[in-house]
Amino acid sequence: MHSATVAQLSLGLQQGRYSATELARGLLERIARAQPALNAFISIEADSAMAAAAAADARLAQGGAPALTGVPIAHKDIFCASGSRTTCGSRMLANFVSPYDATVVERLRAAGAVVLGKTNMDEFAMGSSNETSYFGPVRNPWDPGRVPGGSSGGSAAAVAARLVPAATATDTGGSIRQPAALCGVTGIKPTYGRVSRYGMIAFASSLDQAGVIARTAEDAALLLGAMAGFDERDSTSVDRAVPDYRAGLERPLAGLRVGLLKEFFEHGLDPAIDAALRVALEVLRGQGATLQEVSLPNLPLSVPTYYVVAPAECSSNLARFDGVRFGHRCEQPRDLRDLYERSRGEGFGAEVKRRIMTGTYVLSAGYYDAYYLKAQRVRQLIAEDFNRAFAEVDVLIGPTTPTVAFGLGDKTSDPVTMYLNDIYTIGANLAGLPAMSIPCGFVGGLPVGLQIIGAHFAEQRLLNVAHRYQLETDWHLRAPEAYR
Amino acid sequence: MAAAWETVIGLEIHAQLATRTKIFSSSATAYGAPPNAQANLVDLGYPGVLPVLNGAAVRMAVMFGLAIGARIAPRSVFARKNYFYPDLPKGYQISQYELPIVAGGHVDIVLEDGSTRRIAVTRAHLEEDAGKSLHEGLPGITGIDLNRAGTPLIEIVSEPQLRSAREAVAYMKKVHTLVRYLRICDGNMQEGSFRCDANVSIRPAGAQEFGTRAEIKNINSFRFVEKAINFEVARQIELLESGGRVVQETRLYDPDKAETRSMRSKEEANDYRYFPDPDLLPVVLDDAFISGVAAQLPELPDQKAQRFSTQYQLSGYDAQVLTASAELADYYEAVVRELGGSAKLAANWVGGDLAAFLNRDGLEITASRVSAASLAALLRRIGDDTISGKIAKDVFEAMWDQRQEADEIIAARGLRQITDDGPIEQAIEAVMAANPKQLADYRGGKDKLFGFFVGQVMKAMQGKANPGRLNELLKRKLGG
Repeated sequence: MHSATVAQLSLGLQQGRYSATELARGLLERIARAQPALNAFISIEADSAMAAAAAADARLAQGGAPALTGVPIAHKDIFCASGSRTTCGSRMLANFVSPYDATVVERLRAAGAVVLGKTNMDEFAMGSSNETSYFGPVRNPWDPGRVPGGSSGGSAAAVAARLVPAATATDTGGSIRQPAALCGVTGIKPTYGRVSRYGMIAFASSLDQAGVIARTAEDAALLLGAMAGFDERDSTSVDRAVPDYRAGLERPLAGLRVGLLKEFFEHGLDPAIDAALRVALEVLRGQGATLQEVSLPNLPLSVPTYYVVAPAECSSNLARFDGVRFGHRCEQPRDLRDLYERSRGEGFGAEVKRRIMTGTYVLSAGYYDAYYLKAQRVRQLIAEDFNRAFAEVDVLIGPTTPTVAFGLGDKTSDPVTMYLNDIYTIGANLAGLPAMSIPCGFVGGLPVGLQIIGAHFAEQRLLNVAHRYQLETDWHLRAPEAYR
Repeated sequence: MAAAWETVIGLEIHAQLATRTKIFSSSATAYGAPPNAQANLVDLGYPGVLPVLNGAAVRMAVMFGLAIGARIAPRSVFARKNYFYPDLPKGYQISQYELPIVAGGHVDIVLEDGSTRRIAVTRAHLEEDAGKSLHEGLPGITGIDLNRAGTPLIEIVSEPQLRSAREAVAYMKKVHTLVRYLRICDGNMQEGSFRCDANVSIRPAGAQEFGTRAEIKNINSFRFVEKAINFEVARQIELLESGGRVVQETRLYDPDKAETRSMRSKEEANDYRYFPDPDLLPVVLDDAFISGVAAQLPELPDQKAQRFSTQYQLSGYDAQVLTASAELADYYEAVVRELGGSAKLAANWVGGDLAAFLNRDGLEITASRVSAASLAALLRRIGDDTISGKIAKDVFEAMWDQRQEADEIIAARGLRQITDDGPIEQAIEAVMAANPKQLADYRGGKDKLFGFFVGQVMKAMQGKANPGRLNELLKRKLGG
């Protein structure tokens, strides 16, 4: 049952072939067994999960329950859930119990999903390897010596290891797609504004977007449909109807115009990954898609642009963690300054501090124009590059990451090397575009991700391309040996 | 020496907008609730919460902009002003920086000599208020009350065109009148709903360049504004004349000691690291919205004063006094309406006796102990010669103190004016008999003694004689 998809579980539950309680119990056991090896969870919420499963069974018995009723999922520990510890992977919030629900949490609960726990993540979603978590690194289920990617490393590892069929995640610069690629699962970051950010602890507000990590595009479509939509509590959420994502999955790819991102296939891409991608592209061509190379000349500026904008916003967003109202407070503060300095000094890890300092610097008087303002202009240029490209093609395709999963500790000593891991994913965040990563092969026994980027609100098209690809391939069905 | 210096003042007025809920959350804004009873998760800056702009606050800011003839920005942007303080829950204040909602505009003030000055307004922007730190009754700790956090404010920034403390007060009063006319601010200064920062500098008379300024923070009464500026000007003059120099700094006014003192210097000032708030969309206002608000603006103080001058033939001074608040103007117009005329008489009473009693008891016009209808009834009795204007003052005082109608008091006290010749003549004769020397002097040519006889007769008749009849009869009798 642990290898069943959301779609299969939904059907089985509705048909009464098994109960939500059985499912939850089985997966909770599996999670507990895997936890010492993977550390994919920060909180395993067995009691509330069993209660929710019992409620789901009652609802199922009545008939007419929504499709996700009884389906077990996990939330990235960045989403506030009422009565649930919500740590954001930080010592700062290690004991923070949220008094309210994020919109994503509320909507998935209303849709009937049963939450088994909160997944591990890089501290405040800042990281690409899940090594910055206060709760320790997550291990890649394909190779415990390697990272699962980040920041949604816990969600990706949990889905890859068949601990849950799907999990929520967030993506500010690649935090859904990069771990999905490194763990061999399917991840979608929707258009900025498609899913409400209310209750999702902010890292960089203009880039943060909630999405899904699942094993199949169909499952991603199911969950995204339940999460998406306008929310008056988030001014940046967009008031636009949510299509039935599942309904568009089967559309044939004949006539699909695929753009190959020239800049992504150039420098620094592992030739083995390049080769895997070329094979995948042939699968799409075989289904009637046409391929053409597309150049986005400003795209190589994504990383420096991102590492100005994101830290700037984070330096301000994280100012509220001051030891006054919630979160970590130092022992016996001498005065106000001491309270601030020690509470924040003790509560935040090195990477978070690095970004707060970078962000404070780029917003400072005398530097604002040279850094923040210039970065915003470049961001606009990158967005315009994408707009031009989408006049010619329907989707853009390229690698999700330059390499497969790297070893734990390999990149922790040099932040810039770590940042370059997001080189292919950041562009979509800067331009607010929807993007997916799907498994498209293996290099040295480790999964490779194929990235599909669409125009604003083209989630349905992305899911359709991914689904058609998954009908022809079985990369997404492969499970790490230890977790089959 | 003092004449050699020119004072330069610019004011930043903070007016709390009279919205029901906060600018970015659904918490109530009412004053006086127990600490933190009106602070929800958004106001507390909880992880994950987001601000949602209150449209009523935007509308009020637009009203203000239109009322001062300013440009309403078709697109304005909220920015974060970043600094750490315990009563600032998010670690930043949401304000407007580069693109405020209101730019330009002006406020006309009337000076003591009756002349008018036009003061330019640089900008007015929307922002949220911070909370309050509490120290009283909390030894060794600081309490935080976030009820005020997130209350909508409009910050109105003037050009440095004010030249004296009195001008600054006149400007502040005019803005106060305006926001109350618009009903966008309750104007309550004790509760902090209307307060200002004053930027004060001096320069040699005739100089073009500005001197170094000091900013006096958070002054919450007209009286304090005048005192604080006067103190500060004197301090700066003394500094410069003794060879010192003014340093740019923030100062606090201490009303108990009637002095300003340094809070922090420019070097210690925060770098606020303003940047556009990514949680909020730009505020985009189209012409239809703006003209819709314009169409619903009430009559403004200057317009009303102009109308009063022509419609009621009042002096500019009377018109100013009577339009100082919309409520006072409404009261005045109600009196005139009841009376069906006598606009000048009504103006004298509303601007005179009534204003004096309100002032004495510290009451607003809306809490007047004599209603417009009751005052009109009193004035009607002057008009129909039932009582004299002098008696009317006593009647008014009784109306105020005892909350009775004029006619009741006139009847109960027998104050009805006597117009019959008989009793008046009797009183005149009695007075003449009692004052033979004065009578002889008068008849001997001392005309001035006529007034003495008027007074004596009035006194004898407890002031009730009709002054006109009395004069006529007295002349005849004294003439022999």
